[in-house]
Amino acid sequence: MGRFLLSVVRRDLTLAARRRGDWLTALFFFVLVSSLFPLSVGPEPQLLQRIGPGVLWVAATLASLLSLPRLFEDDHRDGSLEQMLLSPSPVVGLVLGKVLAHWLVFGLPLLLVTPLLGLQFNLPAEAIAVLVFSLLLGTPILSLLGAAGAALTLGLRGGGVLITLLVLPLYVPALIFGAGAVGGILSGTGAEAHLSLLGAFFLVSFTVAPWIAAASLKVSLG
Amino acid sequence: MDSRTAPLLAADELACERGERLLFRGLRLALAPGQVLLVQGGNGQGKTSLLRLLAGLGRPDAGEVRWRGQPIARCRDTYHREMAYLAHANGIKDELEPAENLRFSHGLHGRPFDPDRALQTLRRLGLSRCLDLPCRALSFGQRRRVALAALLLADARLWILDEPLTGLDVHAVALVEGLIREHLQAGGLLVATTHQALDLAGADVQQLQLGLAAPARAAAGVH
Repeated sequence: MGRFLLSVVRRDLTLAARRRGDWLTALFFFVLVSSLFPLSVGPEPQLLQRIGPGVLWVAATLASLLSLPRLFEDDHRDGSLEQMLLSPSPVVGLVLGKVLAHWLVFGLPLLLVTPLLGLQFNLPAEAIAVLVFSLLLGTPILSLLGAAGAALTLGLRGGGVLITLLVLPLYVPALIFGAGAVGGILSGTGAEAHLSLLGAFFLVSFTVAPWIAAASLKVSLG
Repeated sequence: MDSRTAPLLAADELACERGERLLFRGLRLALAPGQVLLVQGGNGQGKTSLLRLLAGLGRPDAGEVRWRGQPIARCRDTYHREMAYLAHANGIKDELEPAENLRFSHGLHGRPFDPDRALQTLRRLGLSRCLDLPCRALSFGQRRRVALAALLLADARLWILDEPLTGLDVHAVALVEGLIREHLQAGGLLVATTHQALDLAGADVQQLQLGLAAPARAAAGVH
């Protein structure tokens, strides 16, 4: 299954390299949304520092929703999803490979630009480090839960809207613990509790979401 | 029964519904090495649904499909290793070149990839002039040829082909007929639907008519 997973990742990364618009859109969206806030709220260091972590986390969740509907849709349309399901390897491997590729293409660039965006909100270095770490734990959650949502809504009309309604509530715990960790550092109460809960939430989504996605893929294509 | 004529692919009392409509029920079939099953019927009579059931995409509403005597749901990985399915959609990516498409579809099926053989196969299918183009730039028929190349490279015992001749010109149709004959002579099995005439002179062909009022049946040995 490991080799299968790797070939899914390699394939999706090659496709992403040929179709840069897709993931650059999500990245630009993230950068733009989080830059609009300092511009519209005004240059008050205290206020910016207070809203910064929350704004960056909300922008990350929305950016992930932008890229998710196409996770399985393109492969479904040209028939290659069907062919992948007919592979001898388990469908869960396919889902995990797709999630990993999605995170590499969508989550990783987000992590890289976050320190710069954190500076806009007057966040101290320590808070930025915690923010990046919380996103490191949190963006895989977005990809995992999003994959389950994308598989459930595959082939439905208006799937893009439906996936938002379905997945956004599930994102809430990640959002609370992620932004809370940075808030904890800023207020001096520490970030460990929030980060541990975020890690636990990651483990839960990692063990549950791929199976849900695999089962719904089989149903959607059955 | 000797091993040559024992059926590898069999189905019993197969039924399929789409929505509220019954497409077929009580359908039986048995296919031995070297044999062809041609599924016929008008549009919307359930040809593609039957092929998908046989390929293991989706479950029948009744009955079961067996490969080497075992239900395919229970031997999924062996079955998928020995079966290749060519659907309406070609399953190739527009962004990739033909050879890249073959490489990835190979990797996903866990088979070692031989680039020389892939190139030879693409040339044999008349694609030598478009090897360095992304599939987006290919015509409909050329993309179908890429999908056929993937089918050939799969080295599968059983081919399930849904309208394999769609979009192909006369040369390609003759080529496909030749490929099918080779496949059958090597002991392969074929299940296909087609609205075009498929010249398989000399092959052991069963016909299965879908969409009749009475339950459609195909007994082994009806030619």
